[in-house]
Amino acid sequence: MTTLTAATPRKLEVKDFKADVPPDWCPGCGDFGVLNVLQKACAELEIPPHELLVVSGIGCSSNLPGFFRSYGVHSLHGRALAFATGAKLANHRLTVIVTGGDGDGYGIGLNHFIQAMRRNINLTYIVMNNEIYGLTTGQVSPTSEPGMVTKSTPMGNLEQMLNPLALALASGCGYIARGFSGDPKHLQKLYMDGIQYPGFALIDVFSPCVTFNKQNTYHWFRDHVYRLEDKGHDPTNFHAAMDRAIEWGAKIPIGLFYRNPNPRPSLDKLDPALQGEPLVLKPRGLTAEQRRALVEEFM
Amino acid sequence: MDHANLIVGIGGAAGDGVASAGNTLALAVARQGQGVYAYNSYQSVIRGGHSWLRLRVSAQKPLNHGDQIDALIALNQDTLDRHLQELGSGGVALYNSAKIKPSYEPPQGVQLCPLPVPELAPSSKELPVMQNTVAVGAMLRLMGLDFAGLESVISTTFAKKPKVVASNVAAAKAGFDYAGAHFQPLPRQLKPTSQKWALVTGNEVLAMSAAMADCKFYCAYPMSPASAILHWMAAHAKQLGICVRQVEDEISVINMTIGANHAGVRGMCATSGGGFALMTEAIGMAGIMETPVVAINVMRAGPSTGVPTKTEQGDLNQVFGASQGDYPRIIVAPISIPDCFAVIQDAFFLADRYQCPVLVISDLLISEGNETVDPAVFEHIREIDRGETILPSANGELPATNGEPYLRFKNTESGISPRAVPGVPGHLYVAATDEHDEDGVLISDIYTDPVRRKKMVDKRARKMSTVLEHLPPPLFSGPADAEVTLVGWGSTWGVLTEAVERLNAAGITTNHLHVRYLVPFQVREVQKLLGRSRRIIIVENNQSGQFARHLRAETGIAANGHIRKYDGEPFEPKHIVAGVQDILNGKAEIVNVLSTEPGWRTDHPSGTSADWKGRLSGIARAATH
Repeated sequence: MTTLTAATPRKLEVKDFKADVPPDWCPGCGDFGVLNVLQKACAELEIPPHELLVVSGIGCSSNLPGFFRSYGVHSLHGRALAFATGAKLANHRLTVIVTGGDGDGYGIGLNHFIQAMRRNINLTYIVMNNEIYGLTTGQVSPTSEPGMVTKSTPMGNLEQMLNPLALALASGCGYIARGFSGDPKHLQKLYMDGIQYPGFALIDVFSPCVTFNKQNTYHWFRDHVYRLEDKGHDPTNFHAAMDRAIEWGAKIPIGLFYRNPNPRPSLDKLDPALQGEPLVLKPRGLTAEQRRALVEEFM
Repeated sequence: MDHANLIVGIGGAAGDGVASAGNTLALAVARQGQGVYAYNSYQSVIRGGHSWLRLRVSAQKPLNHGDQIDALIALNQDTLDRHLQELGSGGVALYNSAKIKPSYEPPQGVQLCPLPVPELAPSSKELPVMQNTVAVGAMLRLMGLDFAGLESVISTTFAKKPKVVASNVAAAKAGFDYAGAHFQPLPRQLKPTSQKWALVTGNEVLAMSAAMADCKFYCAYPMSPASAILHWMAAHAKQLGICVRQVEDEISVINMTIGANHAGVRGMCATSGGGFALMTEAIGMAGIMETPVVAINVMRAGPSTGVPTKTEQGDLNQVFGASQGDYPRIIVAPISIPDCFAVIQDAFFLADRYQCPVLVISDLLISEGNETVDPAVFEHIREIDRGETILPSANGELPATNGEPYLRFKNTESGISPRAVPGVPGHLYVAATDEHDEDGVLISDIYTDPVRRKKMVDKRARKMSTVLEHLPPPLFSGPADAEVTLVGWGSTWGVLTEAVERLNAAGITTNHLHVRYLVPFQVREVQKLLGRSRRIIIVENNQSGQFARHLRAETGIAANGHIRKYDGEPFEPKHIVAGVQDILNGKAEIVNVLSTEPGWRTDHPSGTSADWKGRLSGIARAATH
């Protein structure tokens, strides 16, 4: 394993973010694109790998930290945002990126997703949305389309799709974008903007599952998606963003839906304990005087 | 006991100010050098019901709330009706005579002390709780203590409201003087001493000890009886620089706390059984990722919602069973309110050293119980030792690596591997919940390998082999060749200590083993101590004998008798004494204790009734056992 020091003299390159372990996704999986683009974005942003923490949950896409060279955590199914929140609060100097799938984030982890946006933790959440459960071999997901036939819905999905973008708008998220892993250049811009946004940033990525989702394929997405930038969408307009977020049909928008023109302060800017040095660098323990004062309160 | 020892019962409905009256009285006596132990029996209502606080006061520190009241402050009619009958000769009953009248003749030798509150405190017309202040003042006088202690407590309580101080001091003084002029003092009088006391709850000690152990992150979802830890932390967060968050559920709580620990700070969380159930998957994560974390389960009566305001020791099996699979963890139960301090100091040390979860089991009795503690106890802080943690430095300096590649989960002899946290240059790795090799690379997917899987399980398990060296020995007291050995764990220590004294005084030689560390279990020490026992009786606050089963599993030792209680109320010394006698007399092998008050009516929803004549006829038959 190569090591990288804090004072790296040369410019960072994509290879600095490639782990020794090659990805084990199915050939053609949309997640390859997500990973490659993320490596490019981090290299261009010059984020030293040791100051970068990539946290995932469980699922095919959550294997990403294993293939990405940085500090990584492959946590529990649905709990990546909660774990990452604790890590970010402990050391708010870290750049924190959370990756996962639609089942992980919009199914089992949905509550944490909403709460993390409301809480406005300064991290970037990349959801590889393939509208199916892949690692468990093809069951319905919260983002599967109505009528979709899967192993657990042989008669077709009876439920409405969850709309993560509209939900994010309603939950106070300040940066909301959707990309397509078949459009890497466009996706990289969304990543770079999202990582630099001073608050919670959501990037939902259409990342086709070539093995279990025969409905929402690369071909299908290419036929359906259009770029918001090409339609003159104003990403600072909350109501326009909501109108675009609920579009789903013959044409489906990708791009930047919303960027709060007046970002509200992220939690680490508000919590009095987090001002100045990160918690992990603060002096250890309490002074004798502080301890005496605490006991005195009980006397 | 050498010193006078008084038990005061204060009762009323929720909202009557029982707890604050108790707190004022406790602080007032503590400031005159008296030790206090208080237990509040209350219900899950915000208004109404019956809240019953017992306050035991003595210059020699009481270890439990006792079992016979000497004095009663009745804040409502129901309290006087229920508890007047419990007073013995020499006892006193204080009440506001403008609102409350005895419904029946008091027991012989009991002094009724009606207080004309509207005359003594005219402000009570607008502020009914002023009756509490009058009663506390009067009680202090009957105990034989000075007024100065109470005056200082009122002054600090309402420090920002001088008018409130003045009216409360006047009401308290009026009660104090009225009692002096009209009532006989209690036969056993307290004498002020110079001892300083801190009046604390177990939850406050758990929180304060964590802060002193460098806990920088605390996270919780409100749940009785653990919420007061969150309250203390939140109140001190800014001043001490602790990040304190209330979040959406206990799943988030534990994952955030582990996340904070992973990033290098000491973090803690607490909940009760229901919340702990939600935490268990992540506790296993800390196990396999080898992340330190301190998690507290404050037990209440279960299962499910159970009885939220009542105490029990019923979550032992739950804590043992937290998470699937085998993983190293340490489980400890503090034995008393002051012991919470040392337990948390040790918990953080052990979590860092062994990079594993340390699960602390408290219960409602310890956590919400109020006790005076010698402030010297809080000076015993443990030096902050982060074990083999590699932390980032402020100047970005590179830690020494000996030129070898860094292996986060290095297969060392001790099983403990140096733990770099994110932000440290040159130590990149992925921490995974999947099984992984020494470098952190998964061996669960395409690299599945039985040899490496076994190696990593063995490596983690090996960490536990040296934990025992760091644990204090189990507590043992009393003659080695005693007729009876009482065995307990957790919050029953105080009540067992007093029961042992009483049994020995009654001619039944008894000793006492108390277990603090449940995992790892001090098998050798316990086997040695119990190997000499003639008759082992296990005392625990649950129905099925969860500790008895654990003791048997760990040591092969089966007890000769069991005293159990699962009615929601804690043991009192008399319960243990009677239980031991029943077991010795061959009446039962398992004694199930029930707390009832005389004349309790199970046919009435509130357990009481206005029909005191009908009820009193039942009192003679009622067992108080």
